[in-house]
Parts: sequence; C-alpha cells; structure tokens
Amino acid sequence: MTGAPEAATSPEAAQERHLPIDAIRAPRPGRWIAAAVALFALVWLLYTIIVNENLHWDVIVEYLADGRILGGLWVTIQLTVLSMAIGLALGILAAVMQLSGSPVLRGASALYTWFFRGTPLLVQLIFWFNIGLVFPSFGIGVPFDGPKLVEWQANELITPFTAALLGLAINEGAYMAEIVRAGIRSVDPGQREAAEALGMTHRQVLRRVVLPQAMRVIIPPTGNQFISMLKTTSMVSVIAGAELLTVSQRIYLGNFEVIAMLIVASIWYIVLTTIASVGQHFIEKRFERGHHALQTRVRRNLRPFGKGNV
Amino acid sequence: MARPAFETVPAPPMVQIRSVRKCFGSVEVLKGISLDVPVGGVVCVVGPSGSGKSTLLRCVNRLETIDSGRIWVDGDLIGYAERGDRLHHLRPAQLCAQRQDIGMVFQRFHLFPHRTALENVMEGPVVVKGVPRDVARKRAMELLDRVDLAGRAEHYPSQLSGGQQQRVAIARSLAMDPKLMLFDEPTSALDPELVQEVLAVMRDLAASGMTMMVVTHEMGFAREVGDNLIFIDGGVIVEQGNPREVLADPKHERFRAFLGQVL
Repeated sequence: MTGAPEAATSPEAAQERHLPIDAIRAPRPGRWIAAAVALFALVWLLYTIIVNENLHWDVIVEYLADGRILGGLWVTIQLTVLSMAIGLALGILAAVMQLSGSPVLRGASALYTWFFRGTPLLVQLIFWFNIGLVFPSFGIGVPFDGPKLVEWQANELITPFTAALLGLAINEGAYMAEIVRAGIRSVDPGQREAAEALGMTHRQVLRRVVLPQAMRVIIPPTGNQFISMLKTTSMVSVIAGAELLTVSQRIYLGNFEVIAMLIVASIWYIVLTTIASVGQHFIEKRFERGHHALQTRVRRNLRPFGKGNV
Repeated sequence: MARPAFETVPAPPMVQIRSVRKCFGSVEVLKGISLDVPVGGVVCVVGPSGSGKSTLLRCVNRLETIDSGRIWVDGDLIGYAERGDRLHHLRPAQLCAQRQDIGMVFQRFHLFPHRTALENVMEGPVVVKGVPRDVARKRAMELLDRVDLAGRAEHYPSQLSGGQQQRVAIARSLAMDPKLMLFDEPTSALDPELVQEVLAVMRDLAASGMTMMVVTHEMGFAREVGDNLIFIDGGVIVEQGNPREVLADPKHERFRAFLGQVL
C-alpha cells in the first residue's frame, strides 16, 4: 500500500470518512443563450403591449368590473357548472349502458355518442335554439299523438339559455361517456370479483368499489373538459346566450372598442380557468387515497432525474 | 343427476359437486367433476396450471357459470332454482344472497385500494348486510386481531406487505360469517418468506372448524391440514384421498410426475 497516492478520495479513505458531494456545475452555454433570447423576447413583447396606444388600457380597466360584464361572467359560470354536471350524469349513464349485458342498451349508448360526437357543437347549438321549427310544442301525455296532459310552446321553453344548456350538456355527455367508460375499464376486474364474492349487488359493486377507483382515471380528463367548457361556452354567442363573450360583443357594437372588450373577456376567461386548474389539483389529491405510499415510493426513486411531477 | 337424498344422511356435506362441466369457448376445462366436502372438512385441490382447479373453485360461488352438472352448498343449488323439472336462473339478488355465505380469498388479494385495512374488513357487513358501522368496526377489529394485524388497521393496502394484505383479505371474507371458505392459490403471489404467516392463519381457521376448499401448491400444508387431497389434471380428478397417504404413495403416473415437479 505504500506506493498508492494519498488522495482524499481513494477507495480506502472513502470507507472511513463522510464525503459530501459539493461539485461545480458543468457549463451549459447553450442553455444560457436560449434563456437570454426567451427573456428578451418576453420583455419586448410586454413592452410593445404596454406602450401600444391602440389597446386602450384605460377602457379595459374601466369595463373589467362593469355590471354587464359581471352578469355575462355569471351566466358563463352557470352554463359551465350546469352543463358539466348534467354532462357527467349523462356520461355515467351512457358508460354504464355501454358496459351492460343488454345489446339494446349498448346500442342506444353507442348511437348517442356516435351522433353527438360526430356533429359540430356549433351546429347542435343552433339546432337546439331552433328546435321549435321541428317540434312547435312539448307535452306530457299519451305517446304517439295521443291526448296531452300538459303542453308547452317551444318558443316559450327554448330561451337562449336553455338552448345553450341543452346543446352543451348533451354534447358534453357524449364525451364524458368515453371518459367514464375508460375509467371503469381501468379498474382491475379482480376488484369487481372480490366485491361480488362478498355478495354485493351490481349497483353496490359499481358505487362502492368500481366508480371510486375509476374516479382517479376519470378526474384529470374531466378537469380538462371543465376548463375547456369554460371557453366553449363562448360559442353560445351565436345564439346570443348572454354569457361573457355575448355581452362583450354587445358592448363593443356600441362603443367600437373591439380589442379592448375582447381583452376584458379574455382576462376573465383566464381567471376562471386558473381557478379551475387549482381546484382540479385539489380534487385529484382527494381521490389519490390509498395510492400515497406507492406514489412517495415512485417519487423517491425518480428524484435523481429531476424535480418533475410524477 | 338426481338430487342426493338428504333424509337418510345424518350430516349432509357442505359442498356437493356433481358431474360439473365447463367450457371456455371450444376448450373444455372441466370434464365432469364430482366431489363432496363434509362440514368442517378441508379439501386441498392441486394440479398443474391450466388443469381447471381454479375454475372449479370459481364455479362454487358462481364467479363462473357451469355448462352442465350441479353444485350445492349447504343444500342450496348454486345459481338455479329447481321448480318442477325445470331449472330457473336465480335473480341477481338471490345470487348475492348465496355468495354472502361463501368467502373467497384470491391469489392477488384484491383488497379495495381506496380503503384502509379496517374499512376493507367492514365493507361487506356494512354494505351487504346493513350492519351498523360501530358494530361492524368492533367486529372488524376483532378479526384483524385474529389475523395479527390489529396494529395495521388504518393502513392502506399499498402500505402493507403481500402477506399482510392476504391476511386482511382473509379477515374481510370472515367478516361475512361464511359457512364455506374458498382459497384460490392464496400464497402463490407471495414472497417465500411471507407464505408461512398466511398458512398459519389458514391453519388456525381449519382448526376452528371452518369448511375450506383450498387450491394450492403447498404440499406441506395439504399434508398437515387437509382432510382430502384432490389431484386434477386435464379437467378430471385423477387421484384423491387422504393427503398423507396419497402423497406418500401416489398411484397415477401423472400425479407422480406432478409431485416430482413441485416437491
């Protein structure tokens, strides 16, 4: 051993001592240049936006909390929440029908998703708004042109809001059906068997065992659908749905501040989607119950490769 | 196949399997199996993979339907009601009622991952039998104590070892107070050092008088605990008898070859 160099990190010495790693980073000149270019582009973009007099920032600030805008914002929120809730219910129904043993129920469900995913939402919205042209009245009574107990005129029933809700919810249901079906199929079949072996009925198996586990798979895309729906409601402006974009358009048709009003609407859309994203994060955490141990294990194992979300 | 005359037999068997056949598509996996399990008896079913032993077990609680034959558990025909000379499919609620009395333990545990060990054990009584939560909780804690896991009641399945998960699964089945327990290769997915803790629980269960059907590769367990050993190969019972005797002196060449591979 006498010939060996007395280096601080010789294997023999390493066995004895505590050796912290305090190494100097390898130079990454490419990364520095790219970051500088991106930063410059960002600052330049912000500068041109802020000093641009055509954007009328004073008008934007003035209208941001305007009563009409806030009213439109409220309609947008109502439309989003209601159509997502109805869409989710329709989606679960269609997904359960799709997995049923009855070919009639499976067929009905397939027909529903096929039709409403296969035609544009814009067309559906206009169709629902003009449903009175096809069915002038709706009633409850004997089917196939029998006598009616109650009857409503379509023109009274179908306001822009109800037409928007029908169009958005029924369309959303078709997409949610696929999401829910994928979620249900992701649950290990052994879970169903274990629940059946305990003597649970089909409904109990679905409600207590399958759906809670399917939720972990269903929620992330549903959150995306919700965020997407916040923006999709703007399509309702074609039938004058009184939501955020419609009221913004009404205002700029009066004051000609087209860009300013669109920016007002965009600011509110971004506020809504940001809040929804934060909410999505917390709901996802709630449904991760029972998977924490696994996740911390996976995270710990992946840590050497960076801090990215696992 | 006529129904056996119970009147002349003092203690009818817990399980009676008669001429059961089962096909998956064009493949016949059970080719006429007949078998009795007496009350309190422990039957160990062994055989090569694909021999149909797991399928047989799954037919007993009707996770699989059968193509012909009859299965009775505690005198009840499984899956059908006999009215006149016709069989009628049971309604879903009646099937559920039959399954309540038959516990099943799976190779891969199948604990509910979104519920704690305690909640897993409570799930059956609370949801299926409508037992009040506090009563179910007390009983579940007793059962977890019985499988030596009282200290893990609040753990989720992902936080438990395989052996611990399987013991929770046994407690979950016992919570329904079954007349019969089915074990489908309960130790095959476990690391070797975890096998004994599960076998110990099963040994205690057998000693307490539980009627058990056990599909297993654990010949030591079969020899020690089993009352009857069934060797299934190619969908038929090739050899059966007292485990100590048939394991010491296997008659059929196929059974000898099988034992040569697993022992």
